[in-house]
Amino acid sequence: MIELLSATRCIACNLCVKACPDHVFEAVENSIPVIARKEDCQTCFLCELYCPVDALYVSPLRDRDEPVSEADLADRGLLGSFRQRMGWDRARPKGTHRDTSYRMFEDDKVKP
Amino acid sequence: MTAQADTKLEADVVVIGGGPAGCWAALTAAEQGARVVVVEKGYVGTSGATAAGNTTIIDAAPGSVAQFEALERRRARGAGLVEEDIVTRVLDETHRQLDRLTDWGYGFPTSDNGLLFRGSMRGVDYLYFMRRKLLKAGVTILDHAPADTLLAHDGAAAGVSGWWRGSGERWTVHAGAVVIASGGCAFLSGALGTHNLTGDGYLMAAELGARLAGMDFTGQYGIAPKGSSVTKGIVYFWATLFDADGNRIEETGDRQEIVARHLLRGPVRAVLDKAPERLREGMRHGQPNIFLPFDRQGIDPFTQPFEVTLLYEGTVRGVGGILIGQDGATDLPGLYAAGDAAAREPMSGATSGGGGPNASWALATGVWAGGGAARFARSLGPLATRRPARAATETLGTNVAHADARAEIAGIIRAVQDEVLPLDRSFYRSGARLAVSARRLDDLWQAVRRFDGRLPGQEKAHEAAAMTATARWIVASAQARPESRGIHRREDATSTGEPPRRIHSGGLGRVWSRWSHVTDRPPLESLAAE
Repeated sequence: MIELLSATRCIACNLCVKACPDHVFEAVENSIPVIARKEDCQTCFLCELYCPVDALYVSPLRDRDEPVSEADLADRGLLGSFRQRMGWDRARPKGTHRDTSYRMFEDDKVKP
Repeated sequence: MTAQADTKLEADVVVIGGGPAGCWAALTAAEQGARVVVVEKGYVGTSGATAAGNTTIIDAAPGSVAQFEALERRRARGAGLVEEDIVTRVLDETHRQLDRLTDWGYGFPTSDNGLLFRGSMRGVDYLYFMRRKLLKAGVTILDHAPADTLLAHDGAAAGVSGWWRGSGERWTVHAGAVVIASGGCAFLSGALGTHNLTGDGYLMAAELGARLAGMDFTGQYGIAPKGSSVTKGIVYFWATLFDADGNRIEETGDRQEIVARHLLRGPVRAVLDKAPERLREGMRHGQPNIFLPFDRQGIDPFTQPFEVTLLYEGTVRGVGGILIGQDGATDLPGLYAAGDAAAREPMSGATSGGGGPNASWALATGVWAGGGAARFARSLGPLATRRPARAATETLGTNVAHADARAEIAGIIRAVQDEVLPLDRSFYRSGARLAVSARRLDDLWQAVRRFDGRLPGQEKAHEAAAMTATARWIVASAQARPESRGIHRREDATSTGEPPRRIHSGGLGRVWSRWSHVTDRPPLESLAAE
């Protein structure tokens, strides 16, 4: 579930409010958004792609809380790690053509 | 567009749901000149099972060896229920649209042999692209706008209404035709990307009187690292599995079935040690979300065994849904269905269509339903949206606001999950257990109908009702098939040589299910003017 919305990184663009499929975030006037409905988070990690400043962290644990610290996550290189791997940049997909999934189909083990 | 109080819109075609099927339906209708509105519970681009994952899709040219092989695979796996002409049409349509995506500049990768690879897409990239395509085509998109009520006029679908998640205010779209592309139902199991997939479209269609089909073929689960959401079963092709005693599991066959059998006895662990280095790299760069549960918990999945579990995927990867004819038409004039919302038996037979067949089905049925809906709307003439349309349901909510509603609705959802999610309910079924579930679900249906999603604190009432209704059709359909076939596994009945037949279901107050001939489906096209 979503565990961090970094107040130090967030620029209040509210893209996460818009892009979250489960309406987890709530915009706040003259401020940064808040995680308003954490229990509705489906742990899809997609908000991290849409965040242009790597201010969000989704724990891979879908059914329980995982206390995190921003400094620790940053140290471990986890803030923005999914976005970088996917090649998203400023809320746009830039890595579509670098998808190497075709290797999964090379040995004929998997057939579509 | 953004949330406004009491929004009222008019369209030729309104599409419920903005996953692949809904996007292709909307785009096709718009290309035919229809005014199109898409209403989406979440956000068109991130909502649904495709967005959160990668989607295999069958890229096979008409008449090619690849297409012949794909057809053979469907026939071999479908347990007699695949319809070859429909599979061929789906594959042809998919190939045609993949060509168009290529022409539009979609960023398909080039594989190491220098050829464009179009057999797998990143869901979130694909839907980002489709969203932009829709906006350029003039389609109006309502995000965070769950639909809950179809409008009808003289027995025909005439629009849909729902509410804005942000404000709770209502919106209404009067339309000449409606496409249901709201996905399947996974009962909030936690499987990747399924949180919005609660069967809402099934309930709305059934309220108008549409039939469902294939709800018996719903014993479908995905393998995930325990505690995570990442049901990406493909990686377990390269896994070694260990049972509760730490012994290597040597059995071969269906991976989900092996895991299910051993999970009933204790924890199962997996290690992806059979993946060669080149593939490990390929997975990492191709599908980074596979590794989020591992990297974020400091596990190396290629060398360190990790515990796995099965998460229910219901009709998202199973088969059942709204019965459609070849152009996506349902039993009701003006009502169309596509993708996971539609029964997929012609494509996948009695078994899961996994990624490739399902993604191809979503694309092709989306195109057909969008085209069918646009033609239907056109046949009504210019006054289609001025028909005196009324809500198709009279049964919504007899209850008044009360303090415990939120907790009571959550309790109903948990009780419905108890009848569907456990392995001994949906993976392995028995007549005795199904009978118990049927009685409990009848009671839960009575309980859930007391709530009204329009009241504060009862926002999840419609989802709860949709899941309850879907569970009842699943159980009734499973009861009606006293044999094992495909992903309907009856402990009290083995596979039989019975000729393949379908099970249709429907009804709300009184649920029904019955055998049906394979070819019994809504007519090819029913235009109002004819």
